[in-house]
Amino acid sequence: MEIAHYLQLVLWAILVNNFVLAQFLGICPFLGVSRKIESAIGMSIAVVFVITAASVICWLLYYTVLLPFHLGFLRTIVFILVIAALVQFVEMVIRKVSPSLFQALGIYLPLITTNCAVLGAALLAITKDFNFMKTLVYALGSSIGFGLVLVLFAGIRQRLDIVPAVPRILRGMPIALVTSAILALAFLGFAGLVKM
Amino acid sequence: MIDPQVVIVSAASLGSVGIASAALLAGASRFFKVETDPRVEALIAILPGANCGGCGFPGCSGFAQALVDGKAEVTACSPGGADVAKQIGAVLGREVADRARAVVRLRCSGTRAVAAPRVEYGGVDSCRALLLVSPAGSKACPRGCEGLGDCVRVCLFGALRMGENGLPAVDEQKCTACGQCVTACPKHLIAIEPYDSTVFLACSTDLAPKDARQACQVACLACRLCLKACPHDALVWDGRRPVRVDDKCVGCGLCVDACKQGVLVYARGAVPEPGVRAQAERLLAERKAVEAARKAAAKAAAAPQPAAPPETPAGDGPAPA
Repeated sequence: MEIAHYLQLVLWAILVNNFVLAQFLGICPFLGVSRKIESAIGMSIAVVFVITAASVICWLLYYTVLLPFHLGFLRTIVFILVIAALVQFVEMVIRKVSPSLFQALGIYLPLITTNCAVLGAALLAITKDFNFMKTLVYALGSSIGFGLVLVLFAGIRQRLDIVPAVPRILRGMPIALVTSAILALAFLGFAGLVKM
Repeated sequence: MIDPQVVIVSAASLGSVGIASAALLAGASRFFKVETDPRVEALIAILPGANCGGCGFPGCSGFAQALVDGKAEVTACSPGGADVAKQIGAVLGREVADRARAVVRLRCSGTRAVAAPRVEYGGVDSCRALLLVSPAGSKACPRGCEGLGDCVRVCLFGALRMGENGLPAVDEQKCTACGQCVTACPKHLIAIEPYDSTVFLACSTDLAPKDARQACQVACLACRLCLKACPHDALVWDGRRPVRVDDKCVGCGLCVDACKQGVLVYARGAVPEPGVRAQAERLLAERKAVEAARKAAAKAAAAPQPAAPPETPAGDGPAPA
């Protein structure tokens, strides 16, 4: 029963309530890092890592520090601070501990330091009154959903780049926005899949 | 009403979180410090910072790292140009020669009129797309220019234009040899050449001479007449086609005249200087005379042994070279 519930949560976070296409979070990396599939994959891995870590840390901080001291209303601004510091810290550690991992993720980490998707995941988990496990699963699911859409979108954009049939004024960002709109409509088809 | 205590508590707690994070990061930056070559930082400061990737490395910092590792050419930064190359050389302690001006040239002269088609292509107007559909291309010569203009589209300087004849034309005055078209050409038909060189081979076919003759009227047929015509040894054979040796070529154009196929051509309509030309002709005549004398001597030495072959004098007359 529990496991089924968590699976539902993951599906819901990935497909139904997708960060990019349903909640409009993380649009900046979605448009910025989707020119090549390779960089989209690197970004996705970095995002999964950061969102999961940040949500867990923020959850712990909220329930062990902020709530007992009746400072719950400060959560947004505290989370911003903590996430920014956390990502910088993680970047330093990775750089020291695993240069190869840093090579793969290094350039993406600073890009998502203050990304709204990261903050969104942490805040939404609090707003929805998730417990620790649920927060973890929700963060993992929604970041995977972000990665999935990012990679899909990068694939489409790479193909669009080859096609000269795209009118000149639509080249680049305009056609990317049109494409993301169509992609969002397609994901709307998942709307009834899971009820949360 | 806002309770002033709440404000103070908020500010204090937020401040303490900030100070704690700062302390953590400061400690971490000390503790997890990675020793980097100070030259990398210096190079990053010099580079344009456009992160264009034109050098083939991930961004300017990647290029700086590669430079320090000795994996990159000092002159590889196109946007920076000679200026940045000099500064990089100063940081790395390497002497940077002034980069000679270079241009791109198309290694194909198979216009629609002279190159036989292999298939009819009516798809998306792009060489890359065509090669996805038909990997051997649409012309009988697999190394023929498709003429769909992928190179023209990527040129940032307006130096390429698709000609009426179905081949891109390079405006060598505008070309900066940035190499965008070189990478855009899926058949790798565009070569970066020194601007000063005046003759070049406008063909890169790898077909056997017999097939090349069928495929294209202006294909290099590997006859090597150009090699024989060069008095400066400025052409060497790479197994299929002549390759110009830049520091030997004086641009006399004797090879261009020797080429029966017309694939060795003058760049941007250059005309050889009469003096250079005359000198080269003299040199070639001298060489031929020496060669003929040597042959005659060899024949004279070889002649007495067999019983006087009748065609000996006849074969000597017209020089086959």
